[in-house]
Amino acid sequence: MTTSAFDEMGERAAPRPAYAGVADWLASLAPEVLAAKRDEAELLFRRTGITFAVYTEGGDPERLIPFDIIPRILDAHEWSVLERGLIQRVRALNAFIADVYGPQEFIRAGKIPPALVLHNPGFAAEMVGLNVAQGIYTHIAGIDMVRVGPEEFYVLEDNCRTPSGVSYMLENREATLRLFPDLIRRHRIRPVSHYPEELLGTLRSVAPPSATANPTVVLLTPGSYNSAYYEHSFLADEMGVELVEGADLIVEDLVVFMRTTRGRQRVDVIYRRIDDAFLDPLAFRPDSALGVPGLMAAYRAGNVTLANAVGAGIADDKAVYTYVPAMVRFFLGEEPILKNVPTFRCSEADERGEVLDRLHELVVKDVHGSGGYGMLVGPHATKAERLAFAEKIKAAPDRYIAQPTLSLSTCPTFVENGVAPRHVDLRPFVLAGRDIRIVPGGLTRVALREGSLVVNSSQGGGTKDTWVLDG
Amino acid sequence: MLSRTAENLFWLSRYVERAENMARLIDVAMRMSSLPHGPVDGPDEWHSAIVAAGCERSFYAKHERASAETVIDHLARDLDNPSSILACLETARQNGRSVRTALTVDMWEAVNATWLEMRRLSKDEFTPARVGRVLDRVKERSLLFGGAVAATMLRSDAYWFSRLGTFVERADNTARILDVKFHVLLPQAEPVGGSIDYYQWTAILRSVSALRAYHWVYRDRIKPWLVAELLILRPEMPRSLMSCLGEISRQLEVLGQAYGTRGECHRLAGELEARLRFGRIDAIFQTGLHEFLTDFIDKSTVLGDEIGRHYLF
Amino acid sequence: MRIRIRHATRYRYDKPIDLAAQVVRLMPRDHEGQRVLSWRVADADGRILPMFEDGFGNRCHLVTITRRHEESAIVAEGEIETADTSGVVNGAIDPLPPSYFLRRSEATMPDTAIQALAHSHEGVSDPIERLHRLMTEVRSRVTYEIGSTSVVTSAAEVLARGRGVCQDHAHVLISAARVMGYPARYVSGYLWDGAVTAPTEASHAWAEIRIEQVGWVGFDPANGVSPTAAYVRVATGLDYSDAAPVRGIRRGEAAETLAVSVEVQQVQAQQ
Repeated sequence: MTTSAFDEMGERAAPRPAYAGVADWLASLAPEVLAAKRDEAELLFRRTGITFAVYTEGGDPERLIPFDIIPRILDAHEWSVLERGLIQRVRALNAFIADVYGPQEFIRAGKIPPALVLHNPGFAAEMVGLNVAQGIYTHIAGIDMVRVGPEEFYVLEDNCRTPSGVSYMLENREATLRLFPDLIRRHRIRPVSHYPEELLGTLRSVAPPSATANPTVVLLTPGSYNSAYYEHSFLADEMGVELVEGADLIVEDLVVFMRTTRGRQRVDVIYRRIDDAFLDPLAFRPDSALGVPGLMAAYRAGNVTLANAVGAGIADDKAVYTYVPAMVRFFLGEEPILKNVPTFRCSEADERGEVLDRLHELVVKDVHGSGGYGMLVGPHATKAERLAFAEKIKAAPDRYIAQPTLSLSTCPTFVENGVAPRHVDLRPFVLAGRDIRIVPGGLTRVALREGSLVVNSSQGGGTKDTWVLDG
Repeated sequence: MLSRTAENLFWLSRYVERAENMARLIDVAMRMSSLPHGPVDGPDEWHSAIVAAGCERSFYAKHERASAETVIDHLARDLDNPSSILACLETARQNGRSVRTALTVDMWEAVNATWLEMRRLSKDEFTPARVGRVLDRVKERSLLFGGAVAATMLRSDAYWFSRLGTFVERADNTARILDVKFHVLLPQAEPVGGSIDYYQWTAILRSVSALRAYHWVYRDRIKPWLVAELLILRPEMPRSLMSCLGEISRQLEVLGQAYGTRGECHRLAGELEARLRFGRIDAIFQTGLHEFLTDFIDKSTVLGDEIGRHYLF
Repeated sequence: MRIRIRHATRYRYDKPIDLAAQVVRLMPRDHEGQRVLSWRVADADGRILPMFEDGFGNRCHLVTITRRHEESAIVAEGEIETADTSGVVNGAIDPLPPSYFLRRSEATMPDTAIQALAHSHEGVSDPIERLHRLMTEVRSRVTYEIGSTSVVTSAAEVLARGRGVCQDHAHVLISAARVMGYPARYVSGYLWDGAVTAPTEASHAWAEIRIEQVGWVGFDPANGVSPTAAYVRVATGLDYSDAAPVRGIRRGEAAETLAVSVEVQQVQAQQ
């Protein structure tokens, strides 16, 4: 499969222009130098990595996500199209979520089956009729993109809940800056290090109207045992805001306060990295010890902003995903710039029939699943697995969608036996507040095993620094 | 600053200090038990160490009688005893871990490496014959932590809460170590002021690294009331109650000025400090040293609670 | 009919606790069958509690006590003017479209027995008649017995055991109605039982089912009737957990004693 995939660098002899510098550089380096640099990178990351590992108790320290030293590059034109498309998509997603919890015009207009929204586990009745600040529900959206050709990008999925990984984007750039200052100097790369500042600006711009001119933002974490705790503390530090746990916050008279040594201090915006279900034991899971009793009440009263909003996950559903192009047309009156992967809805009889016939060449996904769980990769599955999955589809067709297996683009990657192409994806982070901002690039994930299309870190994926070239 | 952060810093320092003092307490019991014995009617040094550590209940729930083996195990190794050295180091690390970003790298290293090292020790390392090495190591690591706090921490409220924890705990612990002497009865035929009595007081001085200090300050032979004076009233003795209360008052004052608020903890610290500053050792001996120390330990517990209450722990 | 209600909830703890919080849904709103003349929800000191509205349009109050305490109370009281609408509920606040109430919930997840129950009166063509028969059947199959279930007992469990209280009757009826394709929702409220009686320990609950051309219609399977002027409607939701009169949490080791006193009286209208 690797051979037929689009390689972003192209032929060594005649690389695509964006990669010319890197191709030269790769050609000039002996494999031992690359190996030495990789070891150095590992050392660098081990130092940061110590911070990762510290937070796991006993047993093996948390495995670090491997960093590939060869950057992934997008040229100015490619990025400008993506950027416009991402802004458009996130505007539409926010408009959709606002509509779902508001007038429901998209449903009324027959653009989406009512049950898909109203009976969706991601639909939160707790949000109905609430006017959130600036009408924004997904303040930090991670849009997963794949590429199959020079001009062909597809959105694989939208992460409107609490996308993570942005700390890798920032740390990867730091690593490249230290390892290859010369290489960086030979390119004009758009910086990413201002992300925390942009994030803080976005969060402050969605403070509730009752907040003062200088709203207090906090980052709410489940605590130091959470696997993403490093990212939480990293972002809180970089933004200069308090990293709070549920027990640090109290709600009194429908206002949220944090307990500080100077007394109680009002909190206006909570960047929460806790799932909806654990936010408030009085509204959701009563056994949640992570949450803040009364938080939803304060939220409903309009005295605090939660970022991302409760119920934003309705847009992450893989069946709802298929309606995103329609959302762009309906809410913005524009043609979608970014394409969806062609998707079969198993809920519809004719499409289901086709899925069942072509199971050997399709990827079937659970609409509520994430992280590669509950998935069938047709071409890699045995006949028995396909038959078993077909039964699952027939039993609960609403739960599944199917997509063709895409031939993801590859990037040169330094692996055991030298530099070789490996499949990559891209997660840009889109910040939505009073306006929409995107730090150029995002997190590139790479499938380190030859031929593998699975970029998930839990399944042997690594990450790359992602460059967007200027002009 | 988040109250939880202040609380964790406060308890991190307290538990490191408590681990060190537990080591000193075991040390004093070992020294006393190595003194020549006559026939003893009452409880011995090992029982007294348990009483002074405030671990009577947890100890006798598990063990029938106090011996070197059982007491050392309970006070040094047993994780079921929240005040054992290992339990203190574990709790200290947990407190540090949840405010990792408020610590300097050196502070964290001191706490983390100590815990990782100590938890790997086998049970054999805690036998009476070998535990001395562990106790020395615990004192050493605690001093390293104190050094890291002093040398690397920004002088902001985080620093003052860390120091408060250290001195609130140290005051309590010095009082407890001094009180060991009360619980250890002299052998029947032994006179007060006799050689056993002398060695017991010497053991206390040694355990708090104050024997040499005693000679410098008093240039006299070991006398009980002077030992007590050194450990209670002398401001130049760094583990004395006076010295600790002086530090506590100073730190609370800095916080009071920075935040512009004062509360019961400020008043109580001032009261305790004044009692020590203007106290006389003969007056203390008249009302009873043990009664004085018991009262002090109770009051320092209240002081700890009041600090927590004022700063919303 | 004019109805006066006083609903007091008192908490006592055997040791002081530092944090307790409750969300209460104890505030009736107007619709064509009822008009709220006066109503207040206050704490033990008579302080009016801060109010917010949930996604179902229920008016809720939040109580948070963040200082050390050993007891607390919430008192809801007021007067309502009601009218008999034959169980039809018009003019209520309905932020969600009816089809939302076809959604299944944990407490109302149907099993095969509930599915069978739902199909039991298929021959009856008039939907109201059919739902009345269903309600009667739920009443006969689930014997009213206080203490036989808890707030987390599911409709399927209730039907299997054949015992429950008003909330369980409502859950079974709701579950079956949804299987039949009727949007159905849970209602908590009060019932004047026609006599001057001692305060009871609980409020009441029933179901509302959406019938095309008619609207939302109340069915009280615990009593086998549709609500009359003796009913006061307070909060709605998919099931009990959305409309519970009181939902609370506390931090601390203390044991809690909960005392609930509900007084419902008819008031003679003043001239």
